[in-house]
Amino acid sequence: MLKVTIDGTEIEVEPGTTVLQACEQAGVEIPRFCYHDRLSIAGNCRMCLVEVAPGPPKPAASCAMPVSDGMEVKTNSEMVVKARRGVMEMLLINHPLDCPICDQGGECDLQDQALYYGLDRSRFAENKRAVSDKDFGPLIKTEMTRCIHCTRCIRFATEIAGVEELGATGRGEHMEIVTTVGKAITSEMSGNMIDLCPVGALTSKPFAFTARSWELRKAESVDVLDAVGSNIRVDTLGAEVKRILPRLNEDVNEEWISDKTRFAYDGLMRQRLDRPYVRRGGKLTAASWDEAFTAIAGRIKELDPTAVAAIAGDLCDCESMAALKDLMAALGSPHIDCRQDGAKIGRDARAAWLFNSTIAGIDAADACLIIGANPRFEAAIINTRLRGRWARGGFPIGVIGEDADLTYPTTHLGPGPETLSAVAEGRHEFCARLDDARRPMVILGSGAVARADGAAVLFAARAVAERFGCVGDDWNGFNLLQRAASRVGGMELGVLPGDGGRDVGGILAGAKSGEIGLVWLLGADEIDMTGLGDAFVVYQGHHGDAGANRADVILPGAAYTEKNATYVNTEGRVQRALAAHFPPGEAKEDWAIIRAFSAVLGKTLAYDSIDALRARMVESNAIFGALDAVVGAPWAAFGAAGDMDRAPFVATIDNFYMTDPISRASVTMARCTESLARGAEKTGTDG
Amino acid sequence: MLADKDRVFTNLYGFEDWRLDGARARGDWDGTKAIMAKGAAWIIEEIKESGLRGRGGAGFPAGVKWSFMPQDSKDGRPNYLVINADEGEPGTCKDRDMMRNDPHKLVEGALLASSAMNAHAAYIYIRGEFYREAENLQAAIDQAYAAGLIGPDACGSGFDFDLYLHRGAGAYICGEETALLESLEGKKGQPRLKPPFPAAAGLYGCPTTVNNVETIAVAPTILRRGAAWFAGLGRPNNTGTKVFCISGHVNEPCNVEEEMGIPLKELIEKHAGGVRGGWGNLLAVIPGGSSVPLIPKSICETVHMDFDALKDVKSGLGTAAVIVMDKSTDIIAAIARLSKFYMHESCGQCTPCREGTGWMWRVMERLVQGRAELSEIDMLLEVTTEIEGHTICALGDAAAWPIQGLIRHFRPEIEKRIETTQAAKGGRAA
Repeated sequence: MLKVTIDGTEIEVEPGTTVLQACEQAGVEIPRFCYHDRLSIAGNCRMCLVEVAPGPPKPAASCAMPVSDGMEVKTNSEMVVKARRGVMEMLLINHPLDCPICDQGGECDLQDQALYYGLDRSRFAENKRAVSDKDFGPLIKTEMTRCIHCTRCIRFATEIAGVEELGATGRGEHMEIVTTVGKAITSEMSGNMIDLCPVGALTSKPFAFTARSWELRKAESVDVLDAVGSNIRVDTLGAEVKRILPRLNEDVNEEWISDKTRFAYDGLMRQRLDRPYVRRGGKLTAASWDEAFTAIAGRIKELDPTAVAAIAGDLCDCESMAALKDLMAALGSPHIDCRQDGAKIGRDARAAWLFNSTIAGIDAADACLIIGANPRFEAAIINTRLRGRWARGGFPIGVIGEDADLTYPTTHLGPGPETLSAVAEGRHEFCARLDDARRPMVILGSGAVARADGAAVLFAARAVAERFGCVGDDWNGFNLLQRAASRVGGMELGVLPGDGGRDVGGILAGAKSGEIGLVWLLGADEIDMTGLGDAFVVYQGHHGDAGANRADVILPGAAYTEKNATYVNTEGRVQRALAAHFPPGEAKEDWAIIRAFSAVLGKTLAYDSIDALRARMVESNAIFGALDAVVGAPWAAFGAAGDMDRAPFVATIDNFYMTDPISRASVTMARCTESLARGAEKTGTDG
Repeated sequence: MLADKDRVFTNLYGFEDWRLDGARARGDWDGTKAIMAKGAAWIIEEIKESGLRGRGGAGFPAGVKWSFMPQDSKDGRPNYLVINADEGEPGTCKDRDMMRNDPHKLVEGALLASSAMNAHAAYIYIRGEFYREAENLQAAIDQAYAAGLIGPDACGSGFDFDLYLHRGAGAYICGEETALLESLEGKKGQPRLKPPFPAAAGLYGCPTTVNNVETIAVAPTILRRGAAWFAGLGRPNNTGTKVFCISGHVNEPCNVEEEMGIPLKELIEKHAGGVRGGWGNLLAVIPGGSSVPLIPKSICETVHMDFDALKDVKSGLGTAAVIVMDKSTDIIAAIARLSKFYMHESCGQCTPCREGTGWMWRVMERLVQGRAELSEIDMLLEVTTEIEGHTICALGDAAAWPIQGLIRHFRPEIEKRIETTQAAKGGRAA
């Protein structure tokens, strides 16, 4: 430990600490623009200057200066105050000071620090510089005259996002931040630059001029557009979500979120189901809740209980799935499933369907094998962690499946199960890399186990994990990368076929053959609706997507920002989301809809508050009581030995920006699809 | 006055053959192997004792700098010597003549310095505009390779040594040692944060020493003739010989090698044919290249040309580029031109220099025309202090100092111009 005196207070810090970090530990705030914890040190803004002794008689940049033993730091001496004031004056001379029309206003580092460390007037009598705006794509609005050249965006793109598409051209006051040959940024993480930008140079394009930051109501929530469970803050104005920002959670998303998480919110305002509908004469017509419930109850009473089935979709919260399971049990039907894609995972072992290493655990791994997954599209946050781990070195990454650009170099081993077998049997040269590793990890894609031979793929992946020591006393490197936010929650709740029950494939087959007379779709839109035959379809959900289109009765539910709900992410981490606003029109929270319907059926469920429902969930599975924690899964046998199909693993997501009813309804995501996801197909004659 | 026998650069003017034969005739490459055989410690000690201070401007003792280099690599990283031949300081043209007319001095110096620092590879980063100089230097390197003087088993010493010439693309900032390293690595030429210093992590993250051409080129002669000889020239702490570049309003602008500490007046009168119109016509001198503050005639009368003497008069020896200005000079416009240069050459990386150099130039332009308030002189002076010492590299200081020198010595001149302009304006108004 090193002793360092900061403004007269002596503290001890670890060797390698910078002066700025030491000051923070001492509780002394150091102003800064270019410095950021998660980016490399640039030292270019010069705002963090402090007086350091021993040293030259001039202030030093505290962000870049390592602490030495016995160092004396002054952060409020005359020299420091003058230096800060000088730097602030320099930063402001060419800054437009257009705060009243700037979206950053109210949450602007420059504004705040100018107040504390700047002069109250300008001595600059010359003309200000103006810089032409750049096209950063459909998500980021630029106002480059405001740029203070801190290069955080450049460093984020290069180091975290892994796309070297930003840089600075020009010298001196002609320096400008530009994208590669004027192209939009092709990263799934680009929106984070908006948060990183300390001024209003990069702001959110969809949010532009729609609200001032201080008018917004803020609610802490959890993202459901992938299975990462990114912690988010939902900012609303009235009944409208105005923007979504990340919340810090070191174990999950650090302080980043993906562009879909951040920008798909405008989909919440479109295609919404805001009142019940009943199909009459082939046409969906608006109905009251009573009419809708009566229509369903009438149909159910005509049917044998075993002719009723339910499927839970990808965005469902745990409360609604628990209620649906209870409803089906009350009816006496075993036909329920949460595995919309037909994944061959089951009750046998939790370890089979969890991201066992945990997301933060990626940092401890030292080799990785990705099987039939594209983490860049399926879980952009996890991909960013993988990239960060790769950047530290000593992390060989092999890929079986499609040879996609994951923003870091990988070794492509082969396209399909044959390669997987070869690795499982130790017949592949990459095996040496896995053998060398002390904590290797396997990432199995959810698409790879949703194939007809999914159980065999799962078995082979387990064999790989066991062969190369992915599972030990203090390490479980076997990971199934889920895509659906509801999946792990559904599995934990046991939203799976009961004795003699049908899975998704069986339900669809039964509906087609007439054995299943009623199918309750809880937000399930990703199944083949034509497979439902003549069955009576109840669609409970929030968007007019595939399910609602096929439905005979529509029950309008709440989207993820509109309900207090529990979600379990791919790691098995139980997290709570708080409602940010009310659902539109007559729509209700989903568990309450099911509870109300159970009363209409005369099979009233045994809870009438969300707390009672949650208590019941904890009773059925204790992990629901361990909020924000990951309860490890014991290693067990899973999968089934068998022949694997020779067909290669294929991508489950071809367009990152549209994967669910919300993002499909989003205009912003449509623009991204147009300019980014489909951009490569454009030819020179377009436009 | 320096005796001919004590000259290091005996072909500075290119009267003789610059190639290997000519160089050998002048004594270069004589006993190089024997010098190397005395060992790294001996070479470094000899350079230390000679008192040789870096010739690039900062004047850091060369032997001390060399001694910072780790002799044994603990982690497998190699050492590098990088020679800064990006001579871009306005007024300076010494390295250019050395490389054009005496390139073997540099090649031999590179070998000896590298052997002292256990660097098996050295890079010469030469200014892009020096096309002919790069040709000659490359030819000299090729000759040295062909003669076995460098390359594997250089001079038969058993020491393997490779020397590479790299041409820059014309940015003043790439003469800053860490920006030079960035540029050499293929990146945008922007100075690095220090620490770590190049001796710890320089080129490609390896221990690196960056030296000026002249520093390296004089080393072989020092090692051949002995530290005592070099230390016997000049004044204490400012020893040896130095090539001065005299330009501006003198009758015979020239490069000349002289003893350190020679009086400025003697330097100008003896070697440059005197000030145009006689010494009495002198206005001011910038004694060390564009970045050091000017000194007015009163100081020029007595000042000695070395690091410490010039520092005492709040200027600096810099690159020893003496820019002479006679009384016909508009001194405000002259400094404003330098401000424009620094604005143009600021790399844009850090705030005070990026924003401040443009501000200073704009104010200077108004001062030239007298379109300013008297209070703006003090404001400008304060702005220079907001830049000085607050930047990553020394370019910020270099941009600030000429203006500080101007205000220090010619404030009445600036005030007079503002008053004249204001009076003219007032006259029109009335």
